[in-house]
Amino acid sequence: MAMDESLKNELQKAGVFITSVEGLYNWGRKNSIWPLQFGLACCAIEMIAAACARYDQARFGAEVFRPSPRQADLMIVAGTVTKKMAPQVVRLFNQMPEPKYVIAMGACAISGGPFKEGYNVLKGIDRFIPVDVHIPGCPPRPEALLHAIITLQKQIEQDHLTGKHKLRAYDREQQTEWPVPAYGEHDLEPPCNPELWHPAPLVREGVK
Amino acid sequence: MESLEEIKDRIEAAMAGVRLAIEGKSLVVGRQHLLDVVRFLKDDTGLAMDYCSNLCAVDWLPRTIKTRECDRDVQRDVPGHLEVVYDFYSMAKKHGPLQLRCRTEGREGTPSLPSITPLFRGAEFQEREAFDLYGIRFEGHPDLRRILMWDGFKSFPMRKDYRPPDDYEYEPTPHDEVLEKAKQHWPAPASAPVTPSKPA
Repeated sequence: MAMDESLKNELQKAGVFITSVEGLYNWGRKNSIWPLQFGLACCAIEMIAAACARYDQARFGAEVFRPSPRQADLMIVAGTVTKKMAPQVVRLFNQMPEPKYVIAMGACAISGGPFKEGYNVLKGIDRFIPVDVHIPGCPPRPEALLHAIITLQKQIEQDHLTGKHKLRAYDREQQTEWPVPAYGEHDLEPPCNPELWHPAPLVREGVK
Repeated sequence: MESLEEIKDRIEAAMAGVRLAIEGKSLVVGRQHLLDVVRFLKDDTGLAMDYCSNLCAVDWLPRTIKTRECDRDVQRDVPGHLEVVYDFYSMAKKHGPLQLRCRTEGREGTPSLPSITPLFRGAEFQEREAFDLYGIRFEGHPDLRRILMWDGFKSFPMRKDYRPPDDYEYEPTPHDEVLEKAKQHWPAPASAPVTPSKPA
């Protein structure tokens, strides 16, 4: 917003609000994020707790859990993603309309969690879909989920509609549908999406 | 409930040609007599085992058992096999559990055992799980297919010789077996620059 803050404050006191289309659009979107109800395992209980009375999620506009992906714009992946479920998670994410966001809630959705070495556990949902906010914890407290929603709201505030860093929704070059993995004979095929997930290089001293 | 020896004697007296063994706290029955013995346990008025609470499988690799008999060390080789352990309770008489074990012949491919689903409906999903994870085919099962893994999956994950897929490229804090697996993916020492050991 190329405008002097003090001038804006003066005008606000006089009852005149100045904003940009981008600011207004993002303000509307961030204060009414509708999650897709997608609890897979134990983290779902904490998600439900965050939606209930004590840690009220409705204060942030995120109270309406939509059962259909077509009507949601946030997918909270709460719980362990098994390899059998992973293609369906990607399919549901593809069905969500842009602009859409993903919160990976809990250790299992970030990287497989305590069940990482399991034969049916996908080591993190960010192997197949782009994740915006990760919440560590096993399970994370409902306040942590609320903090994640606030973080996501801050991210949405910074979204641009035009220019080089514009939203995926308005950028014709960017993909909005991610490839769905298929069931292979011993593992998913492909085991991860190579365009999306790169194992971060870990440098260790004294590697033998 | 009677002791295991008494149950064994009654079963052997009631059915000709059936021989049971007692190992620890369980009765061991051969696969050709399994259904007859289970039907006897269910129909017998004294035992009335009408609830099969659990059915789980065990994978035994070929092993050598060393015992000491009469001051001599004796070895015998036991070939590998799969084994199913049944737990029976009686809801009518309120006693139990009675543990029954049944062994397959060998563990190559998918060895088969008779299914007790026609007698106990509760065993249906448990036998599907034993098939999915260990590869034991239950003959007489109404709907034997995988229950946890997807239908096209090829190996049996809970067997001792199962090799999981190798996706240990990113392990920030490995130790023990995971450390061994992660080391396959580490860069060669010559190319690794010396920097403080923090993940990138």
